[in-house]
Amino acid sequence: MNLVLALLSTRQFLSADRIRTTVAGYEDATTDEAFYRMLERDKAELRELGVPLETGRQSVFDTVEGYRIARGDYELAAIDLAPDEATAVALAARLWDSPQLAGAARTAVTKLRAAGVEVDPTAASEVQPRVRTTDPAFAPLLAAARAGRAVTFHHRGHPAAPARVRTVEPWGVVSYRGRWYLVGHDRDREDVRCFRISRIEGEVTPIGARGTVTRPEGVDLVDLVARSAGPPPPSGTARVRLSPGRAAGLRRAGRPDPQGDPDVVELDLARLDALARWIAGYGPDAVVLEPPELREAVVVTLKAGLAADHAVAGAAGGAP
Amino acid sequence: MSAEGVAERLPRLLTLVPWLLARPGVPVAEAAAEFGITEAQLRRDLELLWMCGLPGYGPGDLVDLSFEGDTITVVYDAGLSRPLRLSGPEAATLAVALRALADAPGVADTDAVYRALAKIEEASGRSEAPDTVAVGLGRSPGNARAEALVRDAVARHRALRLTYYSASRDAVGRRDVDPMRLLLVDGSTYLEAWCRRAEGVRMFRLDRVDDAEVLDEPSHPPSDAVGRDVPADASGLLTPDDEQRLAALRLAPEARWVAEYYPMEDVVADDDGSARVQMRYGDRAWMVRLLLGLGDAVEVLWPADLAVARAERAREALAAYGAL
Repeated sequence: MNLVLALLSTRQFLSADRIRTTVAGYEDATTDEAFYRMLERDKAELRELGVPLETGRQSVFDTVEGYRIARGDYELAAIDLAPDEATAVALAARLWDSPQLAGAARTAVTKLRAAGVEVDPTAASEVQPRVRTTDPAFAPLLAAARAGRAVTFHHRGHPAAPARVRTVEPWGVVSYRGRWYLVGHDRDREDVRCFRISRIEGEVTPIGARGTVTRPEGVDLVDLVARSAGPPPPSGTARVRLSPGRAAGLRRAGRPDPQGDPDVVELDLARLDALARWIAGYGPDAVVLEPPELREAVVVTLKAGLAADHAVAGAAGGAP
Repeated sequence: MSAEGVAERLPRLLTLVPWLLARPGVPVAEAAAEFGITEAQLRRDLELLWMCGLPGYGPGDLVDLSFEGDTITVVYDAGLSRPLRLSGPEAATLAVALRALADAPGVADTDAVYRALAKIEEASGRSEAPDTVAVGLGRSPGNARAEALVRDAVARHRALRLTYYSASRDAVGRRDVDPMRLLLVDGSTYLEAWCRRAEGVRMFRLDRVDDAEVLDEPSHPPSDAVGRDVPADASGLLTPDDEQRLAALRLAPEARWVAEYYPMEDVVADDDGSARVQMRYGDRAWMVRLLLGLGDAVEVLWPADLAVARAERAREALAAYGAL
């Protein structure tokens, strides 16, 4: 703290010796080595916080370098937000529901308020967006992306797939439709890949030096995730007969039967297994008319369910 | 002494001085709340500030604060009249959030969002590094007409008659509600409203609103109606007064997504890649539908009546297919 105040107040570069003799806090350092260790640690901490520490010499005749903080670089520039702009900032600051991001947003707003900008963090709004992060891998991945370091982790492509080791140069983390993804260059597959962060298991280990990951110009992270995680285009149409007054979920999702049967709906067929699962859930209230492969998939699912409950098989009656 | 490190404390101290300077006579409690710390912590911060200042460290060099009752006033700021510029992560989290708001139609005044974004980026000095966090708030497509009516009712504080699909009951029903606000959480938009039938605050997912009618009466939720801020879970299936039931299931690897998707009481992973979970649910028919759809990827460990219900429904369905 005293170092910041001293370096901010000086227009001249303060040498290490000068700092040692004039700035409070360094008198405990009894040896040169201890003092330089303290000074290096403090300098690193200040730079980590974003304090613009300048190094330079007072004149060409000076033999040692000194330090100062240029006030213009240190201070938050004047900023004047109109009331509707301040409302937008307050809303934006409350978007995050994760310790890392919410913390940074909160300190940002406090700085704005310290600079005299009236951002009311509790301003009521008719619409409140929230983006939540609960995955343990989120924080280390964000840190690695910011530091430009490659990472390795275990990841399952889908829940049934075995976990594989991946080595990735992270470009960023993306929240898409409520799920978080890591986007980056997969070193093993030598291509761009998106990884669902909730499917990362165990530790995320940073490897390699900071700042070694470079992201190609003009990359749109959200677009990459949307293309990789969005549903595939429908490949066909399914016709399903529904019991009168039942299966409301399928009924409202489907289109009316072109032949006018009020209890038949048509559904887009994109992922066969997902649609079969949904229809099978309705049991006798939804019977697939076509295509045959969907009909077959539903029958297989129902038969499998009939034999599934070993532990309570006696009660369930088991297979007939 | 608090155990927090320099990394948290120093930036707070650097912001605290200009913040106090802009608010002469601010109560200690208000300052503590602003910085998210206890009053005791704030007092320790102030005691430390008092010992900080410019070389020389005589009277007139040190940060000077005056206390009157429970209020604080900065007498001398030792050169800290402005806060430190926004750090890279601070500027980025605000900028990314603003851009996400601008992309989500109907959430905020897009024009104001872009103006605010430009000013924040200018004041923080646009960093050369690209953002490492991005958000697509992307919303599932619903009924555009009904959604517009809901937004209109929220903006004009009117009551609404909803035709609403309840996923837990798998039924479409009518209900009159007093809208409170819209919430955009994890990719889905919810209407938070007082449900007159249930006599409680409920979350209605906008893509499940099949139709809406703006009523010719003001929205008047009871004054003590409190929103839950965030839906209890992503699926929005559980409401506080639902009868809560518990089931123990074994999820095969291909059904592990169920534990990602629905809130679980307890998850124990087994060596073969399966997981034993305890899952809370409200509606038994909903649970039976989930089980039927999963086939033998899920095994009911208990209660037995859930397994009985699944077997019955499966047999009826197979009979309808002529497959038994």
